Amino acid sequence: MSVESLFPRLEALLPKVQKPIQYVGGELNSTVRDWDEAAVRWALMYPDAYEVGLPNQGVQILYEILNELPGTLAERTYAVWPDLEALMREHGVPQFTVDAHRPVRAFDVLGVSFATELGYTNLLTALDLAGIPLAAAERGEDDPIVLAGGHAAFNPEPVAEFLDAAVLGDGEQIAIAISEVVREWKAEGRPGGRDELLMRLASTGGVYVPKFYDVEYHPDGRIRRVAPNRPGVPWRVQKHTVMDLDEWPYPKKPLVPLAETVHERFSVEIFRGCTRGCRFCQAGMITRPVRERSITTIGDMVEVGVKESGFNEVGLLSLSSADHSEIAEVAKGLADRYEGTNTSLSLPSTRVDAFNIDLANEFSRNGRRSGLTFAPEGGSERMRKVINKMVTEEDLIRTVTAAYSQGWRQVKLYFMCGLPTETDEDVLGIADLAKKVIKAGREITGSRDIRCTVSIGGFVPKPHTPFQWAAQCDHETVDGRLRKLRDALRGDKEFGRAIGYRYHDGKPSIIEGLLSRGDRRVGKVIRAVWADGGRFDGWSEHFSYERWMSCAERALAEEPVDVDWYTVRERDEVEVLPWDHLDAGLDREWLWQDWQDAVSGAEVEDCRWTPCYDCGVCPTMGTEIQIGPTGRKLLPLTVV
Amino acid sequence: MVQRLRVRYAKRGRLRFTSHRDISRAIERAVRRAGIPVAFSAGFTPHPKISYAGAAPTGVASEAEYLEIGVVSACEPERLRAELDASLPPGLDVVDVVEARSGGLADRLECSVWQIRLPGASPAEAEAAVALFMAAGTVEVERLTKKGPRRFDARTAVVTLTAGGVPDGDPHHPCAILRMVVRHVTPAVRPDDVLTGLRLVAGFAPPSPPAVTRLAQGPLDARTGETADPLDLDRDVRGGEPGPAVHAGDH
Repeated sequence: MSVESLFPRLEALLPKVQKPIQYVGGELNSTVRDWDEAAVRWALMYPDAYEVGLPNQGVQILYEILNELPGTLAERTYAVWPDLEALMREHGVPQFTVDAHRPVRAFDVLGVSFATELGYTNLLTALDLAGIPLAAAERGEDDPIVLAGGHAAFNPEPVAEFLDAAVLGDGEQIAIAISEVVREWKAEGRPGGRDELLMRLASTGGVYVPKFYDVEYHPDGRIRRVAPNRPGVPWRVQKHTVMDLDEWPYPKKPLVPLAETVHERFSVEIFRGCTRGCRFCQAGMITRPVRERSITTIGDMVEVGVKESGFNEVGLLSLSSADHSEIAEVAKGLADRYEGTNTSLSLPSTRVDAFNIDLANEFSRNGRRSGLTFAPEGGSERMRKVINKMVTEEDLIRTVTAAYSQGWRQVKLYFMCGLPTETDEDVLGIADLAKKVIKAGREITGSRDIRCTVSIGGFVPKPHTPFQWAAQCDHETVDGRLRKLRDALRGDKEFGRAIGYRYHDGKPSIIEGLLSRGDRRVGKVIRAVWADGGRFDGWSEHFSYERWMSCAERALAEEPVDVDWYTVRERDEVEVLPWDHLDAGLDREWLWQDWQDAVSGAEVEDCRWTPCYDCGVCPTMGTEIQIGPTGRKLLPLTVV
Repeated sequence: MVQRLRVRYAKRGRLRFTSHRDISRAIERAVRRAGIPVAFSAGFTPHPKISYAGAAPTGVASEAEYLEIGVVSACEPERLRAELDASLPPGLDVVDVVEARSGGLADRLECSVWQIRLPGASPAEAEAAVALFMAAGTVEVERLTKKGPRRFDARTAVVTLTAGGVPDGDPHHPCAILRMVVRHVTPAVRPDDVLTGLRLVAGFAPPSPPAVTRLAQGPLDARTGETADPLDLDRDVRGGEPGPAVHAGDH
């Protein structure tokens, strides 16, 4: 059965909405495959606006891999803004893909990539617009399998009611495997309906099907246990790890949108995983071990990607890009290659050390030295020991003055507020640090034309980290500390004008905390917020703390738990956490010990350069650290 | 920079929903992909030397948009046309390229020829409204701008305005078609403003959104009230090569 394009009906609505181009599709390198020739059809969703969702690497990678797979097609769909949502409801136009404008409900699988928990209400909008029942239990034979991935899927419990399945970790291989299971099941005539398909997926141990697990609670609200409710379903579901990034050089042909998006560049992931061991960092914990892409594969991907896209910026992505074993050679090789072509290189996520100044100099060889960003995260040395972000004040000052002396005029420093064991003094330490930075900068440059911007946001404890047991700091305390810091910075006559201050207030972090460490009962809150009009929670102009709190109060009225219970409450070692049955490979005892070490300020080294400290990931997952150096060099491009 | 090339391009179909910013990004990337030796401005943040003449509004299709590219090594216009066209997404189509040989291009774009399709609107009612509009000395309309509501005359800039229907149109699904030549003035009078004017003078309110296309831009012939190909002047310097097949009057 073929499906018709919704575009003619959508087109009539587009003159009435903001930025209509985002709904039109037709991006360079996008793919429209024949509907009838595909046995398995995926709709891939990034549950935020197009301008945020389009550049997402995860979606672009899976889109390309699935479309290369014989008999499979993949199209993309994004959250529509409320102006179009209202018109779609008025005119009965369902949620559509931007590639061929097919109705999302017609696909076999709706894969949703949750980079953050703040996309949950947008998932509900998309399901509702698609005509797919919100609750997985109410879906029928004609509805797609709603499958979640992305970092937030490491605790999908708050949205368990709305998901048929979730996968943890790298998506490349498991997406292909799932496609194959769906293909076989369809080819056999869909035996046993949805349940058998989900059973086939669940029994592999690599796909989590929430409805095959029952959650039991203690009277006080804590979880008693999470257990499979039928034979053949494993007790724990494992994450997926791609072991040779050189074999998976995606995206090869980046999508180039007509609409403006948040990242206008060609991005290459230069490695995956991070073992720096920052205790607040969920990404660093759940993506272990470090697996580098080789310098030559990086060079090839950049060459093809720039040629295919026309982008004038290349981003070398990872969780800590300067840690690539051959980053200096990569930087020099690319800067040489693109010299004189007005192609700029960027290196997000770098650590605070002098080596990074050399790199930044290389990257800005042809351009202006405007701003450098560092993330000490904690304001005092004590605080940085607690979070295991090992950078001394001396290091930081030395690095920043080196930057100023080499022509950089603006340094941005990122911090968090509300970290475990934090006091007012730790946060006020940020002001001292910023003043010292400016003072040292003025001395070395002999100029007053240098600036430092302090950017600070609230800390949210995340699952699968040593801080998963920690009490989140309440928003009154966070906001109080942010005010004190502001006063300390602004009140300073000598340095105040040279220091910029940006902050995020504490209330949204509480909701993020509720969704991060929530369990299945939080699903009722999400549904209530959505029904009350909650959309686009990652956007301050749409987010409503008051709505979340009032809906939570009503939705949890019958439960022995509330928002405080989920957020500002410290958990003890034996409490069953909602995600304990989801296996990121981290040994629970190691995590607990690391939490204890955090409180006492004991540091842990990076296992790339020191002996293994038994976090548990490699033996559990059958993985290993993959790093260079390879000793190879980038060759200049051949002139066409 | 050794040469400037003047480019006429069209935005068609679903690509009419691009804004002028979307188009400039798409063109810059297409220029890079096509390997066109574009010149860059000097300074800390070099920009490619591409200048755009008055772009059609978002949602409006056009057969006649213009830009100028400066290059650092000489390009053959027809080859550049083909390469840039192949590099742009379908719907952003390069129609014509000439080497700039005289004067400023922007100064030549004195007026636009617009076509407005009004599905569901009766051609006879449209004709009556047009007659009232053209008979008025001035027609004050209001438009919401970034600086708030702004009032201006939408009548004086309109050189010609005619209404008709789709030839052999289905009588059950009428569709009025307006064609007009509008001078480029400040503040700009857009097709939307003329529609607002028709509503004000005659209560003419089409039932569905208008489909607007810019058919041509160029110098205004005061005698005929029509326009000509603005690139002809560059061609004439070399002795008058034929222009492209698509002319304003052909639609």
